[in-house]
Amino acid sequence: MILQAIAFYLFAFIAVAAAVMVVTARNPVHSVLFLVLTFFNAAGLFVLTGAEFLAMILVIVYVGAVAVLFLFVVMMLDINFVELREGFQRYLPIGGLIAAILLGEIVFVGGIWAVAPEVRGALTERVPEGSALTNTEMLGRLLYTKYVYLFQLAGMVLFVAMVGAIVLTLRQRPGVRKQKIGEQVRRRRDETVELKQVRPGEGV
Amino acid sequence: MILPNLEYAASEMFVAVAAMVLLMIGVFRGEGSARLVSALSILVLAAAAAITVWMSPGESRMAFAGMFVSNGYTTFLKVGILLASAVGIVLSVGYNAREAIERFEYPVLIVLAALGMMVMVSAGDLLSLYIGLELQSLSLYVIAAIRRDSVKSSEAGLKYFVLGALASGMLLFGASLVYGFAGTTAFAGLAAQLTGASAPSVGLVVGLVLVMVGLAFKVSAVPFHMWTPDVYEGAPTPVTAFFAAAPKLAAMGLFVSVLAGPFGGLVKQWSQIVIVLAIASMVLGAFAAIAQTNIKRLMAYSSIGHIGYALVGLASGTKDGYSAVLVYMAIYIVMTLGAFAVILAMQRSGRMVEEIGDLTGLSRTNPLMAAMMLIFMFSMAGIPPLAGFYAKLYVFLAAVEAELYFLAVIGLVTSVVGAYYYIRIVKVMYFDEPEDALDPRPGRDLGAIQFVAGMATLLFFLFPSLLVGAADTAVFSLTGG
Repeated sequence: MILQAIAFYLFAFIAVAAAVMVVTARNPVHSVLFLVLTFFNAAGLFVLTGAEFLAMILVIVYVGAVAVLFLFVVMMLDINFVELREGFQRYLPIGGLIAAILLGEIVFVGGIWAVAPEVRGALTERVPEGSALTNTEMLGRLLYTKYVYLFQLAGMVLFVAMVGAIVLTLRQRPGVRKQKIGEQVRRRRDETVELKQVRPGEGV
Repeated sequence: MILPNLEYAASEMFVAVAAMVLLMIGVFRGEGSARLVSALSILVLAAAAAITVWMSPGESRMAFAGMFVSNGYTTFLKVGILLASAVGIVLSVGYNAREAIERFEYPVLIVLAALGMMVMVSAGDLLSLYIGLELQSLSLYVIAAIRRDSVKSSEAGLKYFVLGALASGMLLFGASLVYGFAGTTAFAGLAAQLTGASAPSVGLVVGLVLVMVGLAFKVSAVPFHMWTPDVYEGAPTPVTAFFAAAPKLAAMGLFVSVLAGPFGGLVKQWSQIVIVLAIASMVLGAFAAIAQTNIKRLMAYSSIGHIGYALVGLASGTKDGYSAVLVYMAIYIVMTLGAFAVILAMQRSGRMVEEIGDLTGLSRTNPLMAAMMLIFMFSMAGIPPLAGFYAKLYVFLAAVEAELYFLAVIGLVTSVVGAYYYIRIVKVMYFDEPEDALDPRPGRDLGAIQFVAGMATLLFFLFPSLLVGAADTAVFSLTGG
């Protein structure tokens, strides 16, 4: 038990500290690297709560794909981050005011929060012991039965995103030389090479 | 059987599969296939409307573990959505070819948007509502920016995307609050908890308000209307025509079904907000349109005003009110599509023009088109015996019966103000000296849409019971007697 508590505080502390570093780091590449660290520690927290599937997904999808994509974007787009930060001082008062109002409102709403009695039971209840199902299997069963409609529709949303990206960015440019492997392989020697007899003392 | 009642979602499945098939046809036939894919898309949408009617159950039926609901109400809306989307594609074919933005993805994206709208109005759960809304919005963002070499069109797409994402965020935040306080996202579960509840928790009401903000953005009710004029002006004209029709009907239908269904028990709470939205939309729609010179911006403000009138019916919180909303939206769509068919026919020596001043002397150069535009403008202004008059009449009657007298009075005053700019267009067409005549012949497709919409608007008073009866039956199946 004590080991778990230590692990929890370790993961939680590093996650929060790394998250702070994401927004304060001067170098955007460092920001992204700290973001990766945050994701890793969040994945550790998931493992502690027994959600090993979510932990793996977090590492594979967020660290493996999203964060690396960020890194690419940061490196390839030459964004002047110093310039972006210049507005920070100027907008701090109004931004701080709005944040304070929002915080006040959330506290106000949270103050009258009444947790339904059955929720308390659900929180303490762990994964049903003794059932042979792993997390992954359970999620899969839910996704393909109760939530199959949403699952398929989410696929349609991604489909639209893909079509949209192609519609808005793909351009047919004339005069671009493309690789045509069939034609390249089919070339014969006598089509391309011509032997010339060059006599000594004369040019071609 | 794990998934009972699948057959009620037959039209959705058909549209989803058909969209992918259409895309495949476009990809394999290459660049020149836009016309073929457009024609097939229109057929697909019409077939889907037929399937919807054919498969429509008498009373409410659920499928997919309560995520999907099918009843007379959803059938009414889906048929409207599918037909309006099909007309949207018809309007686009000639324009896209002329402006060299003909792409086979365009009709496919409209079909996918129509799928999103069908999912939205059939939602039986906050989750399916959100996914449907996103499917629709994402397709619309892309269509708005379809003319990617034009700064205005790209700006319209980006603006719509950023603001739409913000609205989706609001809606999701509200949905999560509702889930936190009610413990369920299913509409049936929410309705069971909220009917007869003496004092709903404040958190739930906050959640409801945020969900309403998201929906108000989608119908472009004031004060969430900022995107409308810019997007309408920047997007290519047939896209604007499509935006003003089908998505508005879907979002409004969703607004009604969410508020009347799961949140029906909170009618006291939400009707105040709807009243504010309605008044603000009617007033802004009437006054801001006066100064416009671009006819697409004018139509944007006009649509904001019309949404305000439709919200009057919703604010009454009665069955007659909901039915009046449906009638209003159906008539609004017919008028709007007709008016856009006229706007699309506004060309001078092959180039599109979109200033109101370009219509001068249309009555002499093209009397039939001018007469049709006259019908649409008078109908939008609410002059009897045209359809727009009846639409407003039903809405205001519902408000008066719910004892919302001031709302009806404000509505009357703003429609008098609004009549000014509609009638100004008629004046420009009929009494101003023509300067540069517009090209005389619109395409046959535009002419047909103008004529059909014009006749429907003109002759509505002969058969009002067709539409009103259908709307009443639809609402009956929504509220369950």
